[in-house]
Amino acid sequence: MTYRLGVDVGGTFTDLLLFDEQSGAFWRHKTPSTPADSSVGILTGVEAVCAAAGIGPSDVEIFLHGTTVATNAVLEGKGARVGLIVTEGYRQIMQIARSFVPGGLAGWIVWPKPVPLAALEDTVEVGGRMGAQGRELRPLDEASVRAALTRLKDQGVEAITVSLINAYLNGAHESRIGELAAKILPGVSVSLSHEVLPEMQEYERTLTTVANAAVRPIVSRYVRNLRDKLAATGMAGKLSLLRSDGGLMSSEKAEAHPVSLLMSGPAGGVTGALWVGRNSGLRNILTLDVGGTSTDVALIENLEPRRVRTTEVGHLSVRASSLDVKTVGAGGGSIAYVPELTGALRVGPQSAGAVPGPVAYGKGGVLPTVTDANVVLGYLPEALLGGTFKLDRPGATRAVQTIADALGIDLMAAARGIIDIVNENMFGALRMISVQQGYDPRHFALMGFGGAGPLHVNAVARLMGSWPAVSPVSPGVLCALGDATTRMRTETARSFSQLACATSAAAIIAALDEMAALTGAELAADGIAEADITSLFEVDVRYAGQAFEVPMTIDAETLRRDGLEGLIARFDAEHRRLFTFNMASEHEIVNLRAVALGQALDLPAAQLEQGNGDPAAAKLRDHEVWIGGALRPAVIYDRARLRAGDRIAGPAIVTEMDSTTLIENDCVGVVDAVGNILINPA
Amino acid sequence: MPTRIIETDPRPFVHVPIDPVTLDIMENALRNARVEMDTTLVRTAMSPGIREQGDAFPLIADHQGRMIVGQFGSYIGPFLEGYDGTIEDGDMIFLSDPYSVGGAISHSNDWLVLLPVFKDGRLIAYTSMFGHQSDIGGMVPGSMPIDATTIYQEGVRIPPVKIWKAGVYNEDLIKLVMTQTRTPEWCAADLNALIAACRVASRRLVEMCERFGDDVFVSATEELLARNHRAMKALIETSIGEAPVSFEDYICDDGLGYGPYKIRCTMWRENGRVVLDFAGTDPQSSGSINFFLNENMMRMFFGIYMIMIFDPQILFNDGYYDLIDVRIPEGSLLKPAFPAALSGRTHALGRIFDVLGGLLGQKTPEFLNAAGFSSSPHLFYSGVDAQGKYFQLFQIGFGGIPGRPLGDGPDGHSLFPNFTNVPNEFLERYFPLVIERYETLADSGGAGLHRGGNGIDMVYRFLEPGMIAIHDDRWFVHPWGVNGGEPGARARKLLVSADGTERVVGNKVENLPVAAGDVLHFVTWGGGGWGDALERDPALVLKEVGQGLVTVGGARRYGVVIAGGAVDAAATTALRADMRASRPAVLPVFDHGSDIETLRANCLAETGLPAPKQPVWRVAA
Repeated sequence: MTYRLGVDVGGTFTDLLLFDEQSGAFWRHKTPSTPADSSVGILTGVEAVCAAAGIGPSDVEIFLHGTTVATNAVLEGKGARVGLIVTEGYRQIMQIARSFVPGGLAGWIVWPKPVPLAALEDTVEVGGRMGAQGRELRPLDEASVRAALTRLKDQGVEAITVSLINAYLNGAHESRIGELAAKILPGVSVSLSHEVLPEMQEYERTLTTVANAAVRPIVSRYVRNLRDKLAATGMAGKLSLLRSDGGLMSSEKAEAHPVSLLMSGPAGGVTGALWVGRNSGLRNILTLDVGGTSTDVALIENLEPRRVRTTEVGHLSVRASSLDVKTVGAGGGSIAYVPELTGALRVGPQSAGAVPGPVAYGKGGVLPTVTDANVVLGYLPEALLGGTFKLDRPGATRAVQTIADALGIDLMAAARGIIDIVNENMFGALRMISVQQGYDPRHFALMGFGGAGPLHVNAVARLMGSWPAVSPVSPGVLCALGDATTRMRTETARSFSQLACATSAAAIIAALDEMAALTGAELAADGIAEADITSLFEVDVRYAGQAFEVPMTIDAETLRRDGLEGLIARFDAEHRRLFTFNMASEHEIVNLRAVALGQALDLPAAQLEQGNGDPAAAKLRDHEVWIGGALRPAVIYDRARLRAGDRIAGPAIVTEMDSTTLIENDCVGVVDAVGNILINPA
Repeated sequence: MPTRIIETDPRPFVHVPIDPVTLDIMENALRNARVEMDTTLVRTAMSPGIREQGDAFPLIADHQGRMIVGQFGSYIGPFLEGYDGTIEDGDMIFLSDPYSVGGAISHSNDWLVLLPVFKDGRLIAYTSMFGHQSDIGGMVPGSMPIDATTIYQEGVRIPPVKIWKAGVYNEDLIKLVMTQTRTPEWCAADLNALIAACRVASRRLVEMCERFGDDVFVSATEELLARNHRAMKALIETSIGEAPVSFEDYICDDGLGYGPYKIRCTMWRENGRVVLDFAGTDPQSSGSINFFLNENMMRMFFGIYMIMIFDPQILFNDGYYDLIDVRIPEGSLLKPAFPAALSGRTHALGRIFDVLGGLLGQKTPEFLNAAGFSSSPHLFYSGVDAQGKYFQLFQIGFGGIPGRPLGDGPDGHSLFPNFTNVPNEFLERYFPLVIERYETLADSGGAGLHRGGNGIDMVYRFLEPGMIAIHDDRWFVHPWGVNGGEPGARARKLLVSADGTERVVGNKVENLPVAAGDVLHFVTWGGGGWGDALERDPALVLKEVGQGLVTVGGARRYGVVIAGGAVDAAATTALRADMRASRPAVLPVFDHGSDIETLRANCLAETGLPAPKQPVWRVAA
């Protein structure tokens, strides 16, 4: 028997999902997170979930983990103190930050400028210069390098980052500084920009390198601590971490390249959705991961999630591949309010968070939230978390009434208004990743998960025209499921910057092969058999002069067969799809990337017992919900007792340990063979 | 309106009541459509000006042409009044003549595309976008000759014409226009991008109508306009007094040796409306620094400054326009008579914001920021490289953000929204130059409790001979400080030849030849300081000395004495006491540095440039 254990540490709960690879059976567990030392919560959960399955921790062969430790280090400014070495004349590169001020006209009046990730006092210049063709203009001034390193040493920096102008073309100066740093600051980690990100654009390359160096010590400490504690429980299996791009990396690689973990948290949900999609025959999926303070959305086309080249964390835009996850400040805890000046109804982005939380949670919250509106409308009828705490409906009603009074409408209309607005915000985010990218949402299913996703998925699917609306099996622990069911991945990228007419398919293939050798070797070093490694390539193409490139996936054989012409024809078609026109300009091959993937896992889902289509056996009780402008009778069902093929007519509510699914009026939910509820218009 | 709108379905829209939730949902959807316009544009445009620096602006208007979403207010009203033609389904208007839209676009480089959105035979809305073109012909590369004296020298000027007429593309028109530019490939791409952005937004509007119904859509736009009207009315009553307040500031020179030019505005409330009266502003220039200020644009600027802090989620629209009475004297710098040159208008455009800030801040201290808008400093560099290929660079510079009530002004940032610098590695790869230095200049930000942001010192080494042009301002008059803060440093340009010869060059120059190896220091303005510099924490001053943002000498402006890498507490206390004793007990609200006559007298010594001469008005004032 082989067991895989997926663990997702969120702000409030740590979710665990233990998966039996042979039978597809799984056990899930939720335990409060322990922010001071996440491993405490993890270990509590590991013991509980293993006990439920009747195994010991030593039976777990693979431990897969999505973590926000790197994200939080950046967001909370708790990264290491990084010393930054730059080219003479560029000391303030992080201070100037491309001169960008967010907000509209006059936005500068109210913009609090964030402090750079590498402090200006810890940034020093060195003499020497590379040109824009990769040739040395002035030799490296080693005396200035020694002085710089000595100064940073005296200042007590914890990590060194070197980012020189045009180093993406020629890293010789950076490498030499790296050698000197090893002598002058032995034991201090050194990150070189041409190694972390050999791409044009000095600010982005520097920021990415600095971000990597800043989170490295924290991630490293975290991973080592977790590894030791797991080993102490007898677990001998491999520890892997989920990358922002939805692949896995060994914990050792994660320590060296933590910048790839910045979106590890949200990536878990998307990989979980992929697994659900494979098992229920859905190939095109929009994901809707609704948490307490925000909602993450992503697009999966033909079982491939869209990826982007930048990872957005807080105000920082770091160059590292990540799933194209958009986040909006709309979640269960989003606060509704009516500004006096306009009399408009606003929901979020302010959130009641976990503390004080929605009024209905009875933890001291007094402001009306989305969760409170869901309670008032009857969509959230029962105790959460399997009955461990009761919802305060009178409190929620009082809070929502304040909105009704401010708007001069009745209670239920105000509550539904709050839901409609928050759904609209989610709709806006989903449009950004679908319609705006040239995808027709009517060709996609919408999958809602996270604590509140299944409550909103039906209504948002109606807005999008994306059917079915899916409430996946175990929506509350889908991230952990994703952690458990994805595969190893690594990639490398470099700038190419050549006009298509000035290069050849052969030159590109040669460069890609070289890169594939690198990524392949990396996975092999993590113990993956060569036969199990798949290589993929991406080539970024644009019209010469454009600033945005379109990434094209390709394999060496296709490139050899169709030549550059084939690639360019595909680019033209994609450009037309995205932007409605083509141009007569030259094409430029901008960047090359090689991706290596470990073996694809064939992990089946456990089959649900076949029912007779009637969910009556799962009925808990009769209920009433306000929906479609009226109070209507509804039925509450227990998800654990539903059988495959059961048809649930809306309005209805399906409850389980950590999540509640709302099936709206005029819709019907059907339980599929593995327990997902697929909702369609009746 | 002389424009005839041809609708095959003549039914008027029926006003229907809109519940507040639907209204907010539609407001959201409109905001999303506008974001989509920006995204589409930036991703497909080609010139660095639009693509990297974001010099383009979207607009969605209702079927009467009133702006529902956008930044600069609607120009559709003036256009419809002036356009002697028809508008029907399948049309798309293209124009660039500022005089054809009452100055709503302020120079001919801004190409504007206007798409009337029809649904089932009825006009339901307009989408529009304008963007700065790299070159539109005329007497200099970049088409913004600072020494122009009429608009005829500033390149191709496009009156309102149809790119598409009832769905038929006018290829000859585009061919004619593209023949006038030095950079037809960029212009073609940028025009395509503007068109694509308008089309994307128009699709969204039609979808909204399909979702909510045409009457609901139109009624909702009415209500959104009304909501802005109500909000602004309340703001005006509470924030603007009936007693007139005035403020004035200057444009340093006109590029022809004359200056400074005064911009003066007086504001008061009268019968529930605000009057913004520019009487006292100097007459128009015979050069190109005229800024044809559209009244609606001024209303929008005013509204944005007012509304910003009260409900930032408000979608700005035209709804409150009748509450603001803008009066601009004919023939003045801000309403020049045709065919006045306009290509140097960016200086006065920037200065309007400083004037507005100074006006509003006198009565409402929460609004009062120091000065920082120099302009958008421009550098042009063009020539033919060793391979015989023509190159043309147009770059917008950045400088010091003023000290603010919120805190220090950021160093070397953009005051205009959504602008970013062009990556220097990109510049070096695609143009024959090396950027030897790109950092902010220590001490250039005005001292204050909240320091003004430092200006930028960008150092270009040119690798090919060519021509450069420079457009900048705030080199003669200082960016002023407020509430006791000191003025920021002025802009400066220095050209160093390969043999080491240095010369100060002007801030408004055209056709300046450079040789391979010449080095240009392009130094921008520093932001003014906010509040009493002697109240600034000495530890913070010390930290900024360590960061290279302030020098040890500059620290003395804060009364801070630094010795041996530490604050000398006793000396600091003594110096601060000394400084307090030798200055007025009450610090002025505004500190302009010196009066104009003193600035003139010291100009050559302080800036290396002769003082501008008092302008001689072409038209009697």
